[in-house]
Amino acid sequence: MQIPLILQFVNLLASILLLVVFAMLAQRRILSLINLFAWQGGILALSTFVVAYSTRQHHLYYSAGLTLVLKVLLLPWLLHRLIRKLQIRQEVETLINIPTTMLVGIGLVIFSFNLAAPIAELAQGITRGLIGIALASVLLSLLMMMTRRKAITQVVAFLSLENSLFFAATSATQGMPLVVEFGIALDVLVATFIFGIFFFQIRETFDSLDISHMEKLKDD
Amino acid sequence: MKNTGLILAIVFQLTQLLLVVLAAPLLTGWVNQCKAWLQNRSGAGVLQPYRALNKLFHKDAVIADNASWLFRITPYIVFGCMWLAAAIIPIIAVDLPFSRAADVIALVGVFALARMFIALAAMDVGTSFGSMGARREMLVSFLAEPALLMVLFTASLISQSTQLTHIVETFAHHQFILYPSLAFANIAFVMVLLAENARIPVDNPSTHLELTMIHEAMILEYSARHLALIEWASSLKLFAYIGIGIALFLPQGIIEAGNWAGLPVAIALLFGKLVLLGAGLALLEAMTAKVRIFRVPEFLGTAFLLAVLGLLIHFLLGT
Repeated sequence: MQIPLILQFVNLLASILLLVVFAMLAQRRILSLINLFAWQGGILALSTFVVAYSTRQHHLYYSAGLTLVLKVLLLPWLLHRLIRKLQIRQEVETLINIPTTMLVGIGLVIFSFNLAAPIAELAQGITRGLIGIALASVLLSLLMMMTRRKAITQVVAFLSLENSLFFAATSATQGMPLVVEFGIALDVLVATFIFGIFFFQIRETFDSLDISHMEKLKDD
Repeated sequence: MKNTGLILAIVFQLTQLLLVVLAAPLLTGWVNQCKAWLQNRSGAGVLQPYRALNKLFHKDAVIADNASWLFRITPYIVFGCMWLAAAIIPIIAVDLPFSRAADVIALVGVFALARMFIALAAMDVGTSFGSMGARREMLVSFLAEPALLMVLFTASLISQSTQLTHIVETFAHHQFILYPSLAFANIAFVMVLLAENARIPVDNPSTHLELTMIHEAMILEYSARHLALIEWASSLKLFAYIGIGIALFLPQGIIEAGNWAGLPVAIALLFGKLVLLGAGLALLEAMTAKVRIFRVPEFLGTAFLLAVLGLLIHFLLGT
């Protein structure tokens, strides 16, 4: 079966999205991690735009624009400002070493591709093969959240998780209603603000952003 | 009629053989020149490798007293392997007589044969640098080889053949299709190319700093014509790898054997691609820093995982 060139392009963008999530998983520097997050947002915006163009759904143009403004420009800028203010310059600390994380990641990709295969059979859209990729990105973001020690990298992982979910929505179901998307975008923005405040509070209390300090009781 | 076809194909094969062996030092010279420009040096010119080879061939060889026949024969074997590899890869034309001799798996085997001999020869003399370099080379290559095979398997899965000729025909002469899996394979291949050709993130080809060298440590005992052959073989290896890269990812412009009219265009296109890719390689090397030797497994592990991801994506998205 020959699929049109524009959908091949969406497939390519989906693969690059997965690649970026893997790159984030392998990344050791916080600054590059945030830049990768910005790239992820850019690819997401582009793929939403292409889906909007190919399916002629006008509200997807708005969500592509929203993604561009929020996830490529605003959120990375906020995160950059945060790490400048908190003066975090060191490497990302991981709980498991990076090669092991990557191996687990490959396992997750195989798992989610297998899991998504029967779902994709049921779906109608032409881009249904992308559900597997979106699911894999979601699981990889979760993995990144679990294996990172510092609060700020966990937040980047959370934002990447949201990106993957958004991608799943646009590719598999041709997008949610615009109101819902606006609501989610606003939520993410507010969450980032609140996380920023949290970072300062955590550091004030524990003198570090390492969340393992929170497991100890105060009297220890 | 059938005979003329065969003769034409052999003529094309010989053209490619000569072209490759003569142009390989030029590519190395071009990459070095680009690196020099990027580092704000004036550089030695693109013809420097030829001058170096000429100089080395006119010197008398000095061989260690305890060197065995293995040490003497290795440069010839390595050079022969690399030349053979460059003859098998469809660089200017597909369907050459040699291309039937080996598919991509055997091609990887040819590279492995050369590597085994050079590592053995490095250990043969018994200096500490030689064996250190050999061990490091084996570490790098045993991690790079599966990644390379995975990249080649991805391309073979798409074209349903492990013959490079068929792969090129599928990619170049049919309708244009975007393959997401090839994007992954491409990145993995670039990483393998850097590792296998002793390029910067893994090894530095232009220094003899004892702590970091891999390839240079192995060939430290060679001199004169032996060294010249090994240097030439290294150039050929880089040329062959870039040739595989062109065959897999940029095959447009590779002609069929026997197409005289297309030959000048094919050669011009090949040189255009080599100029661009050589400059790209130099840029990549200028932008990255050499990693510690214990980070190399991580670097190549990433390459392997990317290649596996490419395979998985191929199964998921098909086309």
